[in-house]
Amino acid sequence: MIQFNGIHKSYQTGNNSLHVLKGIDLKVTSGEMVAVMGSSGSGKSTLLNIIGLLDVHDSGDYYLDGKLVKDLNETKAAQLRNKHLGFVFQSFNLISFKNAVENVALPLYYQGVPRRKRNKIAMEYLEKVGLTPWADHLPNELSGGQKQRLAIARALIGNPKVILADEPTGALDSVTSQEVMELFAQINKSGITIIIVTHENDIAHQTQRIIRLHDGKIEKDHKNGHYFHHSEDEKTV
Amino acid sequence: MFDIDKWQEIFNTIEKNKLRTFLTGFSVAWGIFMLIILQGSGIGLQKGVENQFSSSATNAIWIWNGQTSKPYKGNKPGRLITMKNDDYDFLKTHVNGLDQISGRYHVWSNVLAYKKQSGSYAIRGVHPDYQEVEKLTLLNGRFLNENDQRYKRKNVLISKLVGDALFKTEDPLGKYIKINGIPFKVIGVFVDDDGRDDNMQLVYISIATAQTVFGGERNIHGMVVTVGDANEKEAKKIEDDIKTKMANLHRYDPEDENAMFFWNSVEEFTKFQKLFASIRLFIWVIGIGTIIAGVVGVSNIMMIVVKDRTKEIGIRKALGATPGSIISLILQEAVLITAFAGYFGLVVGVGLLELVSDYIQTPFFREPEVDVSIALGATLLLIIAGALAGFIPARRAAAIKPIEALRDE
Repeated sequence: MIQFNGIHKSYQTGNNSLHVLKGIDLKVTSGEMVAVMGSSGSGKSTLLNIIGLLDVHDSGDYYLDGKLVKDLNETKAAQLRNKHLGFVFQSFNLISFKNAVENVALPLYYQGVPRRKRNKIAMEYLEKVGLTPWADHLPNELSGGQKQRLAIARALIGNPKVILADEPTGALDSVTSQEVMELFAQINKSGITIIIVTHENDIAHQTQRIIRLHDGKIEKDHKNGHYFHHSEDEKTV
Repeated sequence: MFDIDKWQEIFNTIEKNKLRTFLTGFSVAWGIFMLIILQGSGIGLQKGVENQFSSSATNAIWIWNGQTSKPYKGNKPGRLITMKNDDYDFLKTHVNGLDQISGRYHVWSNVLAYKKQSGSYAIRGVHPDYQEVEKLTLLNGRFLNENDQRYKRKNVLISKLVGDALFKTEDPLGKYIKINGIPFKVIGVFVDDDGRDDNMQLVYISIATAQTVFGGERNIHGMVVTVGDANEKEAKKIEDDIKTKMANLHRYDPEDENAMFFWNSVEEFTKFQKLFASIRLFIWVIGIGTIIAGVVGVSNIMMIVVKDRTKEIGIRKALGATPGSIISLILQEAVLITAFAGYFGLVVGVGLLELVSDYIQTPFFREPEVDVSIALGATLLLIIAGALAGFIPARRAAAIKPIEALRDE
C-alpha cells in the first residue's frame, strides 16, 4: 500500500537546515494497523504528512498504492488525497461554521457528489460513529470524543484506502481515547489501512505493528506481541 | 460553468458568517451610495444654475442708464445719462452683429384691476423682440407685435400669476383690465420659468404705449441686444463697440464705468460653463476618491477574510480541495457580496435622490439624477476590485502547503 525507499526531508529555517527524515525505508501493506512512535522532533509527524501528501519529500521514492508519487502539483495531490486518504488530527480540524452533517459530507463535495446524496451518506456515517442525534450541531457544541468521532466519520466517508491519524487521542481523556481506538480497530477490520502517530504506549500497543523513530531514522520496527491480529502479511522491513 | 452546488456552498458560508459578509457589503454599498449622492447632487446643482440661464437669452448684452463718475470735456461728474428712442434707432443702424434689440421702460407699482379684483404690479414697456430675449413662454394668445408698437395700442400681455389673481377661473384673453384706470386689452398670458417670483409680478405692454400713456416721453430705462451665436470674444468686441459709441453719443469718458451699465451674458454664461466644468471635475475627483476608498475597504476585508480562513482552507485541502476550487470559492463569494451590496447601494442612493428631489426644488438645485452607466460602471469596478483583492491572498492561501495552513492554530 505504502512504500518508502530512502526518503529524506529537511526544513529550511533561516540559514539553518533541519534534517528531519534521514533515509526512511518502510513498507506498509494493505489492511495493516500501524503505530508510529517517537519522541518529539523524531520526525514522526513529518513522516505522516509525507504519506498524506500534505508535505513533499526531498529525495527518495514514495509509492502510494503501487504508483510512484513524484512531481505532484497541488491539484493532483488534492485529488489523490480525496480518493485514497482520510485524515484524523489531534485538534480535530472541523470547520467551525458547518454542522456535523456538513463537516462529514465535505470530502464528498470535492468528489462532486450532489448535496442531497452526500448529506444522506453523511447521515449513514454519523450513525456508524454514533452521532446521529448530533447531526445538526456545530462542532463547538460537541465534546472532544464526539468531535474526534465526527472527524473519523469525515475521514471514512470518501472510502479511503488509508487513514492517517496524527495523535488522534492527544486531546482526549483515557475513556474517550479508548472509544476512539475501538472505532479504529473496527474500521481496520473492514480492511482499511490505518497509520497512527502517537507518543502514548498504551495506544501504540493496541495496533499490530509499532515503528519507533529516533532522530529521523527508524530505530525499531516490530510486530506488536500483545496484539492478536488477522493480517496475512506479517512481514516487517 | 454554473455549479449550483458551489453556490449552495457559498450561500452556506455567507449565512454562517453574517458579520464578515455585512462588513464587506457595507463598505461597497457605502461607496456606491456616496457616489450616487454626489453625482446626483452635482447634476442637481448644475441643472439649477443652467435653469437660471435658460430663463433669458445666453447671448444678450444688457444696458442700463447710469450716472457719470468722471469729469469729461467740461462736464462735471454726477450727470445722469438717459437713453432715448434715438439710442434704440442708433444701435439698430450703427452697430454690426446685433440680432434682436429691445428697449425697456419700467413703471413700478401700478394698480391693475378687473371687475372687483385688483392688485399692484409692475409694467414693462418693451419692443416685440423682447420675447426672444427674456425667453418668455406663451401659455395662450400672442406677444406684442410691430402694430402694437406703431399704433401705440393699449394691449397687454399678463403673467399667469397676474391672470390667476385678477381673473380667477375666467379666461383673461380678450378681456379688458384697468391699469391705473386706463383700460388695456389682454392679448396673451405668459410664464417666465426661471422660478423667480419678481419676473412674474408684472405685465408687458409695448414701449411706445408705455412712454405715451405713462408719461415717459422718449425715455428708455434700459436696452438689451442679442448677438446671435457670437462667442465670448466676439460678444466682448460688440460690447466694447457699443460702449465706445454710447460714450461718444452721450459725451462721457469711455473709461467711466458708472455712466452706463453693461452686463454681457455671453461672458457670464461662459464663466458659468467653466464653473460647471470645474464642478463636474470636482465631483469626479470626489467620486473616484470614494470608489478608491471602497476598493481599499473591500481589499482589506478580503485580505482579513482569507487570513481568517487559512485554517479552513488547509482543512479543505486535506479533504481533497484543489487550489482552483479554493480560489473560485473565495472569489465567487467576494463577487457575490460586492455585486449584491453594490446594487443595494445603487438602489438606496437613487431612492434617496428621488425622495429628496420632490422636496428640494429651489431655483438653484433641481432634478437631481444619476447617470446609470456611471453607477453601474462603479459597481462593476468595485466587483472587479473585490475579486482582485480576494484573488491575490486567495491564491497565496491556496498555494500554501496544507500542512502549513493546518499548523496555524
